[in-house]
Amino acid sequence: MCQSSRPLTSAPSVIGQSAPRADALTKVTGEERYATDYYPENHLWAGIKRAAYPHARITSIDISQAKGMVGVVAVLTSKDVQGSNRLGIFEKDQPILADGIVRHYGEAVALVTAETKEILKQALAAIVVEYEPLAAVFDPQAAMSKESVILHPGRADGNVLLSDEISCGRGVEALADCEFTAEVSIEVNWQDHAFLETEAGVAWLEADGTIAMIASTQTPFRDRLELAEALKIPPTKFRVMAPYLGGAFGGKDGITVQGFLALAALHAGGRAVKMWYEREEHFLAGTKRHPAIMKYKLGCDQQGMLQALDCSILMDTGAYSAMGGEVLELAMEHAGGPYCIPNTRIKGAVVYTNNPIASAFRGFGVPQVAAGIEQAVDELAKTAGFDLLQFRLKNAVRRGSVTPTGVLLTQTVGLSECLKKVADHRLWRERELWQNSAPAFKRRGVGLAACYHAVGFGPVIPDYANAKLELAADGHIRVFAGVSDMGQGNAATYMQIVGHILFQGYDNMEIVLPDTACTLPSCSSSASRTTFTYGNAITGAADILKERILARALLLFSFQLLEQLNVQDLVLLPGRIVHQPSGREVPLQLIAGFMDESERIATYSYTCPVNKQVLPTGKKLRHHGYPHRVFSYAVQLVRLQVDTLTGEIEVCDLLNCIEAGSVLNPQVFEQQIQGGAAQGIGYALFEDFALKEGKIRTNDFSTYILPTAMDIPNMETVVVPLAEDDGPYGMKGAGEISIDGILSAIANGVAAIIGTRITQGTLTGEKILLALRQAGKEAVR
Amino acid sequence: MRVKFMLNGKQTIVDAPADRRVVDLLREDFGLIGVKECCGAGECGACTILVNGTSRLSCLMLAAQLEGVEVTTIEGVAPEGSFAIVQQAFIDCGAVQCGFCTPGMVLAVLDLLQRNPQPSSEEIREGLSGNLCRCTGYQKIVEAVQVAAALLKGRRA
Repeated sequence: MCQSSRPLTSAPSVIGQSAPRADALTKVTGEERYATDYYPENHLWAGIKRAAYPHARITSIDISQAKGMVGVVAVLTSKDVQGSNRLGIFEKDQPILADGIVRHYGEAVALVTAETKEILKQALAAIVVEYEPLAAVFDPQAAMSKESVILHPGRADGNVLLSDEISCGRGVEALADCEFTAEVSIEVNWQDHAFLETEAGVAWLEADGTIAMIASTQTPFRDRLELAEALKIPPTKFRVMAPYLGGAFGGKDGITVQGFLALAALHAGGRAVKMWYEREEHFLAGTKRHPAIMKYKLGCDQQGMLQALDCSILMDTGAYSAMGGEVLELAMEHAGGPYCIPNTRIKGAVVYTNNPIASAFRGFGVPQVAAGIEQAVDELAKTAGFDLLQFRLKNAVRRGSVTPTGVLLTQTVGLSECLKKVADHRLWRERELWQNSAPAFKRRGVGLAACYHAVGFGPVIPDYANAKLELAADGHIRVFAGVSDMGQGNAATYMQIVGHILFQGYDNMEIVLPDTACTLPSCSSSASRTTFTYGNAITGAADILKERILARALLLFSFQLLEQLNVQDLVLLPGRIVHQPSGREVPLQLIAGFMDESERIATYSYTCPVNKQVLPTGKKLRHHGYPHRVFSYAVQLVRLQVDTLTGEIEVCDLLNCIEAGSVLNPQVFEQQIQGGAAQGIGYALFEDFALKEGKIRTNDFSTYILPTAMDIPNMETVVVPLAEDDGPYGMKGAGEISIDGILSAIANGVAAIIGTRITQGTLTGEKILLALRQAGKEAVR
Repeated sequence: MRVKFMLNGKQTIVDAPADRRVVDLLREDFGLIGVKECCGAGECGACTILVNGTSRLSCLMLAAQLEGVEVTTIEGVAPEGSFAIVQQAFIDCGAVQCGFCTPGMVLAVLDLLQRNPQPSSEEIREGLSGNLCRCTGYQKIVEAVQVAAALLKGRRA
């Protein structure tokens, strides 16, 4: 049975109009069931025994005591995994349960199912694992040296997961000819997704042997393929259902608990199993944003035109590849920023270490490199004596420009318009007045960043969606979402699109959330492509269904009016069809009754067009996504105030000027922009992720500090709504662009206040106070 | 131990270990899944319930503490009164994204508006600072509280 829910009554929603989200009602009443909220009858609890070393050989696992405990159903190790026991997308290198070696703290070693959570805890504690500790590497630079211990022996490049170089024009030579140059070296920290709903799900064996699961996942269809190989079970023998997610942001892009759940269900004697990470376990096992070490040298001519860039990016992907290669690709492709720089060399590498696993996180490498290029741009503009905004405008990419990585921009580009809007905005125009009116013991500064963000998967991996839409027998419209809604509201947007085309209100529609048994295979909820791609597919399906409904209605009206009629005389209205010349109406339900099921269900497959450029360098990056075709753009501005006595920093104002195509639902669009920017503030100032020899020291919310309502200012969002031909109704992806520039804008604002740059990690009050002290500005009135 | 308390308006007696966490009791024994758990350590506010009308964190409470009190979860708030207005304001203002913080946030808002019917924007932010949200950046939540407060004021007048 497919799960569906019928949302609140509402007038038909129109594209371009703010409409309340269809899912808001059941969420605000507490009725909405997330993966964590399923407690199947007579279910077992499953849990994981985790590694106590960052790198070690397992010499023995003694499960005898745990197995013998009353209330313990199964104790499983890698020996119980029939397939490859390897998860991953491009590099299948991560075991479901460790088989011989553990490569990071907290790696899964054994799986237990038990009657209660208490017994589960006792059984996990009763498993005795003996290790032979191995040399470990925690520094990505050290991991690249010949002397380093190798995490995955047998790989040609040692600990280097992926490295490549993109070069354009005369490359790095051109720097010598530049009138002005600037250099910055920036290290950015890890970031935890900290979604509120930790990793969770339930699973059970169905009568025909299918492993069914309800999981908090961004990737229900891809999960089946990943599980199939790892467990040696045909992919069609998995059924994955994805209810609304309690946040994900990339952290549920791929397998989290699904491998454990499947394995546990296979050994549960037909009973259902439930798993739900505690917060500390989430920190230990979940993926993070990649930290990066970046070196930038940027040059321009006397007129301030950018001429050359030399940069290097080193990322740490931790113990397993996950999406490390793809994150490096996107970082490198965006490394030069949204500017015309004819001569470039961009070197990048992502390496394995014995640190936690880094993978997808909203922004996907772009916030990191934006912190590099945008600080370099500020430094160069200052050195060359140009206004920070005009300098960016002078060099901004336009439609038809070539980016610093050689990508020809054939689609809409709204960066110049964004920069002009910010130039005219009072927060920019009045910046000096504001800076000069700081109260005693406070200093104020304004920071700016421009950025862009690619939409979709690039030229190799098909970015597809298969939409399905049904006119149900009772006359209402059922919208099948093949792609997860992790909180961004895409499911509601699909209803909005269908409602717009078929002129139906939410009261006559329902949504069916992803379920591999009844929704159609579609790619993940990720990469600023969720609504972009599925929106195109559902538009196609709605057009087909509309045509069928009208064609069948035509027959009915012809019979009633006893004449040949024209389909153009018919219009769809909420719940009915009208023949305009006669004023006659028939309800949708009646039409549905005259249609066979095969006609009542419309499907439409859509695959995004790609950039067909053949680029001379960066060949290894191609199947990781290089080059992209469609980009969204943003200019972000922050007003900061620093306390010279304490180093405390406050973001007083924040302006997001966004070009992400046309806006389908302004309220949902603003949600994305504000939420992304808030995560950017956390990344910049609060979330000071700390590791010691691979062990996470910030593993709860009293040490890993998330911004509260008191830490985020009211933000203003200004839209530049250019219509993008590729996107449904002219839209582009807007889920990531607003996190991209915040760290760099804040870093530029802090540098404007202190006069020097804090180049390592999170910009905490302690670091700001130290920088003030070193600059002789501590406690300055 | 036997604990007698009012749960969502109903006299309730449960037999539970004295140290059973209230969040587990409510979710697992009573199926009140609107009580969310996110951190289990009193840092996030997702498991907020009302105890004698005041917001409390159910992950930090034990079953023994329920004796004689009145517990209200999101499922049990009387639909009349300010609840419906706050909920509608959350929907209309776009204050709901993933929604995992929402039930706890709504209860925290009810508590706040009871203590301070006309809070300033700063007071709203301070009043909700014990409830984390990772999706919204809080702005639309603050707007929803302002809208609800204005509507409630109009109704009282």
